[in-house]
Amino acid sequence: MKVLQRLAVLVMLCLPSLAQALPDDLGQQLLKGSWTEREQLASTLASSPDALSLKAAQLWLDGELFVLKSSKQLVLSVKEDKRYRVTDLVSGADLGLHKKRAIKKVPLNNKLRGLLRTTLSLQNLQSPNKDLRREAIENLLGDTSAESLALLNQVQQQEQNTDLQALIATGLAVDALESGTPQEQIKAAQQLGDSNHPVAAQALLAQQANTDDQALLAAINKSLADIEQRRRFYGAIENTFFGLSLGSVLLLSAIGLAITFGVMGVINMAHGEMIMLGAYTTFVVQSLLPDHIGASLFISLPLAFLVAGATGVLIERTVIRHLYGRPLETLLATFGVSLILQQAVRSIFSPLNQSVITPEWMSGSIVINEMLSLTVNRVVVIGFSLAVFLGLLFVLKYTRAGLSMRAVTQNRAMASSMGIRTGQVDALTFGLGSGIAGIAGVALSQLTNVGPNLGQNYIIDSFMVVVFGGVGNLWGTFVAAMGLGIVNKFIEPWAGAVIAKILVLVFIILFIQKRPRGLFALKGRAIES
Amino acid sequence: MTTKLQGGSVTRLLLNDRGGRWFLATLAIATVLVLALNLLVPESSPLHVSTYMVTLLGKYLCYGLLALALDLVWGYCGILSLGHGAFFALGGYAMGMYLMRQIGDRGVYGNPDLPDFMVFLDWQTLPWYWQGFDQFWFAALMVLLVPGVLAFLFGWLAFRSRVTGVYLSIITQALTYALMLMFFQNDFGFGGNNGLTDFKDILGFDLQADSTRAVLFLLSSLALIAGYLLCRALVNSRYGRVLVAVRDAESRTRFLGYRVEHFKLLAFVVSAMLAGIAGALYVPQVGIINPGEFSPINSIELVIWVAIGGRGTLFGAVIGALMVSYAKTWFTGAFPEVWLFALGALFVVSTLWLPKGLVGVVGPVLERWRTHRQQPALKEVADHG
Repeated sequence: MKVLQRLAVLVMLCLPSLAQALPDDLGQQLLKGSWTEREQLASTLASSPDALSLKAAQLWLDGELFVLKSSKQLVLSVKEDKRYRVTDLVSGADLGLHKKRAIKKVPLNNKLRGLLRTTLSLQNLQSPNKDLRREAIENLLGDTSAESLALLNQVQQQEQNTDLQALIATGLAVDALESGTPQEQIKAAQQLGDSNHPVAAQALLAQQANTDDQALLAAINKSLADIEQRRRFYGAIENTFFGLSLGSVLLLSAIGLAITFGVMGVINMAHGEMIMLGAYTTFVVQSLLPDHIGASLFISLPLAFLVAGATGVLIERTVIRHLYGRPLETLLATFGVSLILQQAVRSIFSPLNQSVITPEWMSGSIVINEMLSLTVNRVVVIGFSLAVFLGLLFVLKYTRAGLSMRAVTQNRAMASSMGIRTGQVDALTFGLGSGIAGIAGVALSQLTNVGPNLGQNYIIDSFMVVVFGGVGNLWGTFVAAMGLGIVNKFIEPWAGAVIAKILVLVFIILFIQKRPRGLFALKGRAIES
Repeated sequence: MTTKLQGGSVTRLLLNDRGGRWFLATLAIATVLVLALNLLVPESSPLHVSTYMVTLLGKYLCYGLLALALDLVWGYCGILSLGHGAFFALGGYAMGMYLMRQIGDRGVYGNPDLPDFMVFLDWQTLPWYWQGFDQFWFAALMVLLVPGVLAFLFGWLAFRSRVTGVYLSIITQALTYALMLMFFQNDFGFGGNNGLTDFKDILGFDLQADSTRAVLFLLSSLALIAGYLLCRALVNSRYGRVLVAVRDAESRTRFLGYRVEHFKLLAFVVSAMLAGIAGALYVPQVGIINPGEFSPINSIELVIWVAIGGRGTLFGAVIGALMVSYAKTWFTGAFPEVWLFALGALFVVSTLWLPKGLVGVVGPVLERWRTHRQQPALKEVADHG
């Protein structure tokens, strides 16, 4: 409330100046006036609530504000060949190319620089927007001049938000560590040990090299150890998160295969192309509805399921049906289908990658603290893959269709004599697996390039996951996908991405030697046939 | 006729192999013909076969040898390897390393000790695994040993723990995929993305010369003939009959007391070595070897050669390789868009309607035609008798 009140007062005080945002002769005054006059102008500009004045002040501070000599207009200029492209500051109009002599930079000295910076920072530090305030404080943390210290001291009293208070305290402690009395230094060193901000560690390290005070050194070392321990902890959490994210991608791409290969025993090499179809469905939906990118994913999901599912049923009815019981032939035929689908996409769209837009609500990241932030799209994909997985489990366990699917895969002849149309169930199961691959394609379109080779990149990984987890076992697929994802991400930091991938492949190849039926092998006589 | 056939072990080998006899005879005649038309007929003549064509045919023959190698394990032992391209590429790399060392100081950087890409990567000394490759005999040995040892290790692990069927196919695919990723790495020491290329000469002969090309073509043809005879000898022997038994009923063969994994392992290793030789002959003819050769699709394309030609016949696999490769060259030249459609359709058609391949279709037709022709003769004999 207090902030709001203060804000209201501030706005009222500044109202008169709003009307005369930028005086017409400002350019003239800035060029010809004395330094004292410029200081006055600077503090007026930088403390004005008007956006244009603030922009002018910021440009002035950055040394990017010019005056066009002929008309005395305030302008921006960009170098083009040997001349300068000049644009009007107020209207943004293009004023053409000018020689260097035709424009003059607005003069700036150290005193003015300090004045501008302090006033501008104060503006932001008192802004009602929390993110702006955070940014302003972060800017001050980097530099240790007396004026920024004064600013920090000033806002420390006013700041209500505890996160920002901590940030300010860190800034003050950094300063105390550098220039305080020995007692203050030790206290600051201890205090910085609790901060997650990179500035804290930097300041501690710098002071560690400079000081030979034993008590201070001990405090610094302890704080550094604390920070290092926390960094390792959050690093592990981050790795796990990346691992889960990779795992959920693997899970999404493999889960359809877990049905067609795992439950039905059909080697579908065109599985990757079903994923690709899903991704292209997203692309088509987005190009048809360019104004509703946010909603496009929700339209794409059922569509992708239908497109990929229908293609799957078609493949099952025309090709795979004739090859049941001949796994190697199925493998070859479906590989042929995958080549045809790839080339079809290449001919219809283009051999190049298509750009699929990430909607607003999926971009950005969730900041937990200075050491840990999670990107939203990965969080969404993790949640989505879990939802798909659980949904699939539910369908297989608790619906009539799922019951028939399980019956047919367990004992085809018996199921048939109980009145289940096995042919229909086969088509349905294959369609379900393919449809889920299509859904996976929608999710993957948000993480990788959408191109004709999208499917190929996932097919080997998908098979590895299913085989590793154990054929015919959805939970095995789940554990294998997450496990491989996490292991991969923990190897990556010290081995590199490609070597990590190779190591995982080699590991699986060796693992299959040991347990040819995967992690969670089904037991019983039926398996041997 | 029979007296002539009993002349040598080779003829005895082909006694019951009518298709093989035709195949080898055609191959030998075609080889001589192509070489004669290339070397003896002047270029202005319409009958002249260009050196480009000779090299292209030599490339096809290498593919034929590779297909033969796969047919030995897939057609006779039931091991569908989706990673046979890896052995081919390893043989190719071994030869490529020799050719690379032969460049000497004629590279772009003119460094007599290091190949160009190592100079580019700022390496100071030759890595240990490149030592010895300046000797042809060592490279030739490695062409056999590297694929052979890899196949032995991989096969020993896989067959011992009874990984069979599609599982084996998928992990062989993973093997070649992993190797591809590895060879794409620049610091792995095999030229990364670009692979090995820019070869100058082999055993002192200029690789660009027509005569060298002709000799390489001849060698490919001889290797194919020798490979065919070796495979035929293997499958005709007692060992070969056990191999077929393993293919048809693995468990039963095991219960009869055979060490199934040993039989499979031998076939796998021999096949990998043949593939390595094919790769080694391929590289000097095309002038480059890069990690793309490891890509899983190459290995799968190889499977379709064998499936189209007819698995379990040896010569069918070679015919399939030659035909599909020629079709690929023609299609990618004339209708590049259509090639993958055609290849995909080939996969589907051959598995659905041609389970025995072209040999399975053409063979019985020829047989009927032959017996039909002999029928009157037999009748005549009967009448007179």
